Amino acid sequence: MSLLDDFMVRAILAGIGVAIAAAPLGSFVVWRRMVYFGDATAHASILGVALSLALELSVFLGVVMVALAMAIAVTLLSRREYAMEILLGVLSYSALAFGLVAVSFISGVRIDLMAYLFGDILAVSRADLAVIWLSALAVVGLIAYRWKALLISTLSEELAHANKIDPKREQLILTLTLAITVALAIKVVGALLIAAMLIIPAAAARPISRTPEMMAVLAAVIGASSALIGLCLAYVIDTPAGPSIVCVAAFSFAATNLVSLASKR
Amino acid sequence: MSLIELKNLSVAYGSNVVLRNVSLAISQGEILTIVGPNGSGKTTLFRALIGSVNPASGRITRKSDLNIGYVPQRLHIGTTLPITVERFLRIQRNSSWQSCVQALEKAGIRELAQKQVSDLSGGQFQRVMLASALLTQPNLLLLDEATQGLDQPGSADFYRQIEKVRKETNCAVVMISHELHVVMSASDRVICLNGHICCQGTPEIVTSDPEYRALFGTGTGGQLALYRHHHDHVHDENCDHDHSKISEQ
Repeated sequence: MSLLDDFMVRAILAGIGVAIAAAPLGSFVVWRRMVYFGDATAHASILGVALSLALELSVFLGVVMVALAMAIAVTLLSRREYAMEILLGVLSYSALAFGLVAVSFISGVRIDLMAYLFGDILAVSRADLAVIWLSALAVVGLIAYRWKALLISTLSEELAHANKIDPKREQLILTLTLAITVALAIKVVGALLIAAMLIIPAAAARPISRTPEMMAVLAAVIGASSALIGLCLAYVIDTPAGPSIVCVAAFSFAATNLVSLASKR
Repeated sequence: MSLIELKNLSVAYGSNVVLRNVSLAISQGEILTIVGPNGSGKTTLFRALIGSVNPASGRITRKSDLNIGYVPQRLHIGTTLPITVERFLRIQRNSSWQSCVQALEKAGIRELAQKQVSDLSGGQFQRVMLASALLTQPNLLLLDEATQGLDQPGSADFYRQIEKVRKETNCAVVMISHELHVVMSASDRVICLNGHICCQGTPEIVTSDPEYRALFGTGTGGQLALYRHHHDHVHDENCDHDHSKISEQ
């Protein structure tokens, strides 16, 4: 075990932390078809990185702020005449491009850029780990606290009104947790693959779930084991860590779909 | 005493006044149908009855034991959310398994309890919504275009179930519908709404009212008569008039 000491253990714990926060949130992203929304928020985080480096703020805080601003911009603009996915596409890639340009102005960050795009899970420090787990617990806690209201307004806005729930407020809670999750995941899988950690484990859990809770829990299990297996693979065959985790998650997506297809025959 | 009474009720969304001076009382056991073109404030009137929108002016008096069951307009529930019928019913109110089964029985779908909501047909799903509304044993049942999208036999079945529920529980039923020929024949009273109450009364009175005719044309009157004489041919819903055009006036 001496080879697997500190940095590997920290990496695994970081991966599991991200998987746990991403699972319930990712389920809602899948149920509410917010995939592009998640993508746009994640891409915006590069801009957040640039701003926090320029202003010498904490990267976590900068990313949360920019991700929130992005989410709010999308919500405000969505009443115009563009289809939602066009608007999200425009904002998502603009934020990414502006972020990349902004980062280039800051000297000495060029080498680090790859870390923010693709993650640098093997360089997770103890402090990073504390931030990841604290914010993961905050995300899970917030979603658990609003679980019923979130589910009802996800089932239908009309149903939410009938139960005296304000679907806009619940949407805001998801937006907030999304911003936090993007910020905590950027170090682990990088801005380009954050949405994958949200969507793939949840989508993999869907065909083998009968209840919403089961789907969220299975998504967490799939996400956490993907992190574990992906990191071990990365260590053994020397592949990039973040993408390896996503590859394992993608295999589990194929596996659960095959299982459910086979059992329906 | 009426179950619920509206006095000169007005409702506005921002500067857009949706309901003006609506007065209306609903009593135990009656079936009241609300007709009106799209955008005439029917759903807003329901929201006011439920109490989910605040009136701009006017008064709502509710009887102390008023208990509303609400079947909303046909919902579109995504297939990505895995949930059983039983859970779907129990999540909205923390109902017991017992009352959940009772409600499913009243709606005539006891056997669907463990099915996934995403596997239901349109007609089955509307009955689940009915069961959901019946969970609290309401004395006022609100149906908002509950049979929209169902085929003719499906919607006839649904209304028969409603009639059965009313007989068993003596609840009042208020429904919004575009299927004038079906609902009017089953109603004690009809209200024609277009921002305000244009006219009201028995189905016969309303269909002969000039304001109603202006909104729906005389073709509907003929349709109603046709239904009442119980002709044995199936009447096509998509007949010569088009409700959607009315709203664009």
